[in-house]
Amino acid sequence: MDISKEKMVDMYTTMNRIRMFEIRVSELFAAGKIPGFVHLYAGEEAIAAGVCANLRDSDYITSTHRGHGHLISKGGDVKFMMAELLGRKTGYCKGKGGSMHIADVDLGILGANGIVGAGPPLAAGAALACQYLGKDSVAVCFFGDGASNQGTTHEAMNLATCWKLPVVFIAENNMYGISSCTVNSMCVPNIADRASAYDMPGIVVDGNDVMAVHEVAGEAIKRARQGQGPSLIECKTYRHRGHFEGDPCAYRRKEELEEWKEKDPIPRFEKKLLNLDVLTPEKIQEIKGSIKKQIEDAERFAEESPYPDPAELTLDLYTE
Amino acid sequence: MPTMTFAQALNEAHKLEMQRDPNIYVAGEDVGVYGGIFGVTSGLLDQFGPKRVRDTPITESAIIGTAVGAASCGLRPVIELMFVDFIGVSMDQLFNQAAKMKYMFGGKAKIPMVLRATCGAGIGAAAQHSQCLEAWFMHVPGLKVVMPSTPYDAKGLLISAIRDDNPVVFLEHKILYALEGEVPDGTYTIPLGKADIKREGKDVTVIATAQAVHTALSAAGKLAGDGISVEVLDPRTLSPLDEDAILGSVRKTHRLVIVHEAVKFGGPGAEIAALVAEKAFDRLDAPILRIAAPFVPVPFSPPLEKEFIPSEEKVIRAVKAVMES
Repeated sequence: MDISKEKMVDMYTTMNRIRMFEIRVSELFAAGKIPGFVHLYAGEEAIAAGVCANLRDSDYITSTHRGHGHLISKGGDVKFMMAELLGRKTGYCKGKGGSMHIADVDLGILGANGIVGAGPPLAAGAALACQYLGKDSVAVCFFGDGASNQGTTHEAMNLATCWKLPVVFIAENNMYGISSCTVNSMCVPNIADRASAYDMPGIVVDGNDVMAVHEVAGEAIKRARQGQGPSLIECKTYRHRGHFEGDPCAYRRKEELEEWKEKDPIPRFEKKLLNLDVLTPEKIQEIKGSIKKQIEDAERFAEESPYPDPAELTLDLYTE
Repeated sequence: MPTMTFAQALNEAHKLEMQRDPNIYVAGEDVGVYGGIFGVTSGLLDQFGPKRVRDTPITESAIIGTAVGAASCGLRPVIELMFVDFIGVSMDQLFNQAAKMKYMFGGKAKIPMVLRATCGAGIGAAAQHSQCLEAWFMHVPGLKVVMPSTPYDAKGLLISAIRDDNPVVFLEHKILYALEGEVPDGTYTIPLGKADIKREGKDVTVIATAQAVHTALSAAGKLAGDGISVEVLDPRTLSPLDEDAILGSVRKTHRLVIVHEAVKFGGPGAEIAALVAEKAFDRLDAPILRIAAPFVPVPFSPPLEKEFIPSEEKVIRAVKAVMES
């Protein structure tokens, strides 16, 4: 697939924005500034960045509990994300959602989700709306290996093919549902193997290779946009952090993590872009410096923002 | 005024609203070719076509989940769950997704959808096809819960539910489908959250829902012969609950009996009784009594099922008891 230099730089920038956001979130969580749970996307950046580089503003995504990367890749503003994580009134959800429920319907982000496997039917529904209204928009459903075993995922994929919906299912297989390894939780080696049960293409791709992800997702999205129905793409990857911050990760071998860090998608892509002369070391420093400032600004914005007033507790429940 | 059944009134509501708004679609198991297992969606497929009237696989989570996704992206789904008992395999999409999205997202999402389902005992359908689960839905912030008792109310309330911008659970007691009543031609709405006095009285308020409204009315007719004037109040919408109407009636009669087919423990009557106890305790002349199903699953055998369902005799006894205390 032809891909412009600008798009490659955009994907690289997005991946770095996600990584630096997640690192800062990890530090803020450790410092006690973020309540609740945070599930970090570090290590999986190539997937969201590669997939969403094919999307338009009018397309929809559904995300997961590990959703920061999807939101940033679909155009989410780190300022409002950080404010939400810190429980502030200026956050995406006015402090009512937190990390697991960040959404921006105007950007087509139908929400991170605290329920594993809740997203696939929602994405199928968004795709139904696109099809019904005669738009050439699509819905992309990000879900994990854990969600792949949920009944909702099966139901959504079956219905998506029955109704030929413009939806692309992106399985992010990071090998672990908290501590449960896919070796024990799946009866086939690949999530994509299940696509044959739904009569849709099933493709396995290296989820740490952003160019490869971009290409296969691009083909599936094009297919959906042209009315040829859903696809399932499985991206093999690994999370650098625990399931959530604070997870001691006793269920994973340290060597396994080290092996996967060798395949870290960001240095890999960086090396490639340097070799292709798309980027120079100076340009890389410039990009990283600019993101660093964005994250610092976001943090300052969040810290300086007020908490919601207790009187807001009962607002926003019903549409009048 | 024309007469029609409860099922026909619901059918008319669908047709009128679908003619008005092209973004309304109907989906569910057997809603198209079959016309709905109780005939409520009969004729819709012929009139509106397969894009708008969608037979689905047996896939309750996906029926509800796609409706939530589609509603958040501009459509107005009216979906049929067939039996409310099937909510058990699909509850997440309703209570964690549909009900919470707007609030979780800080008010930004809008989920205009109606989930219709049949409920109630009386046809020997046993434990998994006969329940009244309205208390489950009442307990979820973000949902509205509607439970009509007459053809007139069914049509006007369904039209309001379809026009509402929130997820509405619309519960239809299956014994009522064949009930006939006067229903005006054309479109009219009954606001959600407004109770209706089905019979005026001055001695005792009987609050009843769905099929139990008719049990209460029948009991009220007999009690009138004994010189007891019973007011029968149908909340029609259980969430939001018409507190003013309930409290107004109790302040007038000073006595309250609540009748419903959901099990008594943790049932909708508990909420109504608590409301009256909190806000009108000093106006009561007798303890509040509840006539409801016992704390068991719905049984199959006819004599057991009959014993399970609140009866006219039990309502009469309860009314006489509050009159005597």
